[in-house]
Amino acid sequence: MAEIGKPINRIDGRLKVTGAAKYAAEFNQPQMAYAFPVRSTIANGTIRKLDTSQAQASPGVISILTHENAPRLKPFSREQLRTLGTNVGEDLVVLQDIRVHYFGQFIACVVAETYEQARHAANLVEAEYAEEKPKIDLSEELPNGLRPEKKAYGPEAQLNTGKAAEPLRAAPIKFEQIYKTSYETHNPMEPNGSVAWWDGADKLTIQESTQGVLTERAVIAYYFDLKPENVRVVSRFTGGGFGNKAFPWTSNVLAVMAAKVAKRPVKLVITRQMMQTNVGRRGETVQTVALGAEKNGRLTVMRHHNETYAKLTNFFEPSGETSEILYNTPLREITYKVAELNLGAPTYMRAPGESPGSFAAESAMDELAYELKIDPINLRVMNHTTVHPQKKLPFSSEYLKECYRTGAAKFGWARRKIEPRQVRNGRYLVGYGMAAATYPGERGTATVRIQMTADGGVKVLCATHDIGTGTYTILAQTAADALGVPIGKITVEIGDSNLPPAPLSSGARTAATVGPAVQAAGEALRRDLLHLTLAGKQSKLNGKKADEIDFSNAKFFVRSDASKTDSYIDIMRRNDRTMMESCMTTVPDAAKSPSESCLIAPTSREENKNEEKYAFHSFGAQFAEVWVDEDLGTIRVKRITSVQDVGRIMNEKTARSQIIGGVIFGIGSALMEESQFDKRWANPVTRTLADYHVPVNLDVTEIDVHFIGKPDPRISPIGARGVGEIGIVGISAAIANAVFNATGKRLRDLPFTPDKLI
Amino acid sequence: MRPFKYSRAQNTGNAVQTVAANTNSKFLAGGTNILDLMKEDVERPDELVDVTRLNFSQVRTVEGGANKGGVSIGGLGRNTDTANHPLVRQNFPLLTQAILAGASQQIRNMATNGGNLNQRTRCSYFYDTAMPCNKREPGSGCGALEGINRMHALFGWSNDCVAVHPSDMCVALVALDAVVKVQGTDGKERSIPFADYHRLPGNTPQKDNILNQGELITAIEIPKNNFASKSYYLKVRDRASYAFALVSVAAALEIEGNAIKNVRVAMGGVSHKPWRAVEAEKFLTGKAATEANFKAAADAEMRNAKPLEHNKFKVELGRRAIVRALTQAMKGGTNA
Ligand SMILES: Cc1cc2nc3c(=O)[nH]c(=O)nc-3n(C[C@H](O)[C@H](O)[C@H](O)COP(=O)(O)OP(=O)(O)OC[C@H]3O[C@@H](n4cnc5c(N)ncnc54)[C@H](O)[C@@H]3O)c2cc1C
Ligand code: SF4
Repeated sequence: MAEIGKPINRIDGRLKVTGAAKYAAEFNQPQMAYAFPVRSTIANGTIRKLDTSQAQASPGVISILTHENAPRLKPFSREQLRTLGTNVGEDLVVLQDIRVHYFGQFIACVVAETYEQARHAANLVEAEYAEEKPKIDLSEELPNGLRPEKKAYGPEAQLNTGKAAEPLRAAPIKFEQIYKTSYETHNPMEPNGSVAWWDGADKLTIQESTQGVLTERAVIAYYFDLKPENVRVVSRFTGGGFGNKAFPWTSNVLAVMAAKVAKRPVKLVITRQMMQTNVGRRGETVQTVALGAEKNGRLTVMRHHNETYAKLTNFFEPSGETSEILYNTPLREITYKVAELNLGAPTYMRAPGESPGSFAAESAMDELAYELKIDPINLRVMNHTTVHPQKKLPFSSEYLKECYRTGAAKFGWARRKIEPRQVRNGRYLVGYGMAAATYPGERGTATVRIQMTADGGVKVLCATHDIGTGTYTILAQTAADALGVPIGKITVEIGDSNLPPAPLSSGARTAATVGPAVQAAGEALRRDLLHLTLAGKQSKLNGKKADEIDFSNAKFFVRSDASKTDSYIDIMRRNDRTMMESCMTTVPDAAKSPSESCLIAPTSREENKNEEKYAFHSFGAQFAEVWVDEDLGTIRVKRITSVQDVGRIMNEKTARSQIIGGVIFGIGSALMEESQFDKRWANPVTRTLADYHVPVNLDVTEIDVHFIGKPDPRISPIGARGVGEIGIVGISAAIANAVFNATGKRLRDLPFTPDKLI
Repeated sequence: MRPFKYSRAQNTGNAVQTVAANTNSKFLAGGTNILDLMKEDVERPDELVDVTRLNFSQVRTVEGGANKGGVSIGGLGRNTDTANHPLVRQNFPLLTQAILAGASQQIRNMATNGGNLNQRTRCSYFYDTAMPCNKREPGSGCGALEGINRMHALFGWSNDCVAVHPSDMCVALVALDAVVKVQGTDGKERSIPFADYHRLPGNTPQKDNILNQGELITAIEIPKNNFASKSYYLKVRDRASYAFALVSVAAALEIEGNAIKNVRVAMGGVSHKPWRAVEAEKFLTGKAATEANFKAAADAEMRNAKPLEHNKFKVELGRRAIVRALTQAMKGGTNA
């Protein structure tokens, strides 16, 4: 494999830096109008009256949609959406009734000739409400919380409820603490936005900012009662999607609705303020972790109680995830309690569950290590598991101990003092901390079509996405290797629901899912070419056996005599082919065969994600050095070493960028990110990026990333697991542990702003 | 954004007259604050008079008058140019540090000095038209008083408003005893001591300062002083850069023999106006520049703090920040 793994620049990099890469909202259409939503100013109650008369009279206004006049859509049904293989961000069909569930909910929408006119008129819509007291305080509502049976995506939520009490009582060493994590809001640079236009009454195109063109197509087709094939969703570039562009939100539906009513193309881009209320967030969590251990540090029991909120969704932050996977212990109890609040839906956000969950669990391990005066790495190694604790299956490929070892060496862990407050640098206290990380190795079903034209150009086609991760580039690299053509000959076309199907780009599954399909389709096309040359009368390779032939640089040659060659272009020319194509579907072992597919690639069960035999997880070790200015309560992360066991690295450079991005997300989570809501009115007071802080350059220093780089031979013939999410996991714990090592103060309440330390 | 009329001022008289004549009009300088507020429907002028072409952007030595020998910075000078001007860097490094601690490079390139003085509070309830706010809508109530008031005032607040002035630059200017030069509507220039320029909220929080409608800031004069070798601006915030101050302190000292001859301490992020820490100054004057005295001075100042529900930490933080800023100032104002 010549191309896969190389740290080449993004093939779309030039387009991005020159502005030629067009994002959803840049696809202006002739006759396009602009929609601007009107938001509720209460968080709980009903709309009594909407007065749109002033707005209606405002210049440029084309129409105003309200619950009274908006097109009726099919009611929400989780079951039906599930059968269609999709989901929505919020179980709320926009503008269908008078109920207000949360502050900022869309209660009307102005369509006007210009954006400014729409926005101005939206300010003129007057609403009267019957207001009820909003529920917004998690601690107040938790007593009425529910204990969900299942997590949103299926598995049992409650594990061994009540069973840990006895072993905890009996444990020679006991430890229990409460950890809290804050509301976090995805704030990708590009806000969610759509340009939608109808072609008659039953055909629709949407330029969308999304992580899932097909999931969105299914939702829109469902709500508007259209044939899915009549809906086209296009998303060539997505300016960051961290979960809040996974499933459609009310804004996406509203754009389509507005275009229908205005009978014109409509652009709807939500504001940064709406990003804080209408497109999901990570729920606040309260996590109680109890550990029981022998005096030597061997765990005898783990208990992880998780409390959070949900609203308008069956999703809740699954913060017990890492506790299900890491460490060997005779018993683990993991429970969830979920309260309803008047907030928009919580949703998937980079490493949902693992990120806040690892903060609690990996802080607790550090606390236990300190109590026992054991090196935190040794404690982890002592309790290491090579088997998935629930499934009792071996991990497909697991190098966690190697991550610890490499990380410790690269970071200089040996210099760490076990007692806190030992290292000073000027006015700073210096501390080291580490944490383990894990994230599932997801892989789904994908279909890829590859076309080669007479000039030797290759096109890779698939309805997958590049949400900033480097998909374009790694698919080109994979195709280059599978076909044996130079990467410069390859163009990748993705982000269009009319292309061969691929799943949602979430859960760090894209490389692992689409990569194998590209490889299969590339190999199929190469085999077709090979047959032609071996059978070709004028071919220099005529009559040779397939296993005597090698390929590179768009040519076949005889392995024992490299002067005997035949190029792909020549083969096509001699055979009068202007275009050759292949289409392959790859289906992991445990997945059902899709109803529509191309030829299903034959893959041995052993290397096709056989979930009966193996559990699939990535692992990592995170190390942090912090400098704490104790007087002022400020924490600076001086450096991070992140070692990742994520299977084969498809591109060193884009993979590294993903980990760096995840680590920075983790620094944000540890030190500053927090959405705050007023306890009386449930409105966010963190309304813009001036109040919702994400790390700036000065918050981010050296991030040293290392990959174990061992392909996972069981997940797919390519051996790659995802890199998109695991970078964040464990970072806030590593920082918390480093802060303890520096100061002797244990912080258990994210984020660590100066008020928490002084 | 509401529709508004835009015009470009040709000369000062015309700019002042236009804005004086229409109580619903405003000057437009860098636009980094007023335009955001208009988009959010917080500010609703129907007319903007762009003053950026007027000739008030120079930094120069004051030739005559009370501040002779000091430095004048133009009301329409850009924050970046002002901070980096040699006259400012050499004579008032405190001002350079304070300006550069604010906002981001891009915003400072646009932002003007006059605009910086007149920027409005960052109180989130002020920005959200769905919320009560006496500053935005007199009589509607103060959302922050019993709301999330972590970023709000410790000193001089009233039940009608607990907001803080967000500027860094102004904290240095109040410490340096600057004077605001204003072109009045009567065609005359008036001088306002910096400490009197911004107001406490009282029961009229809608007024941030004592400027009259139509009055234009033409310059800010900083009198000569001997603080250049011992001054420091400290800003404590929720991230390393590009965030408003939780607490900031401008400190400047002049030492004679073993005693503090002259000292200035001012604070940001603690009041409706840039807060001159008079009690701390009073305590320190004539005493030795020791850590113990710095602590006692900080105590003297912070004793009068009246924290709200979520900003109690700022009392201790303020105390420590005063000590740190004074200490750093004594070390020559570097970060070391
Ligand atoms: C994201 C962000 C972060 C920021 N962070 C900081 C920070 O950390 N510290 C900090 O100090 N500042 C910060 N700022 C604020 C910034 O400094 C101000 O927005 C800027 O100084 C305003 O200057 P301007 O010229 O753009 O004013 P404009 O927006 O043009 O005007 C502001 C107001 O001043 C009036 N005005 C302007 N010039 C004059 C004049 N000559 N005479 C009379 N009235 C006048 C206008 O009518 C208007 O009411 C930040 C701003 C943003 C957007
Ligand atoms: S503190 Fe002042 S600005 Fe903030 S809500 Fe109260 S009145 Fe308005």
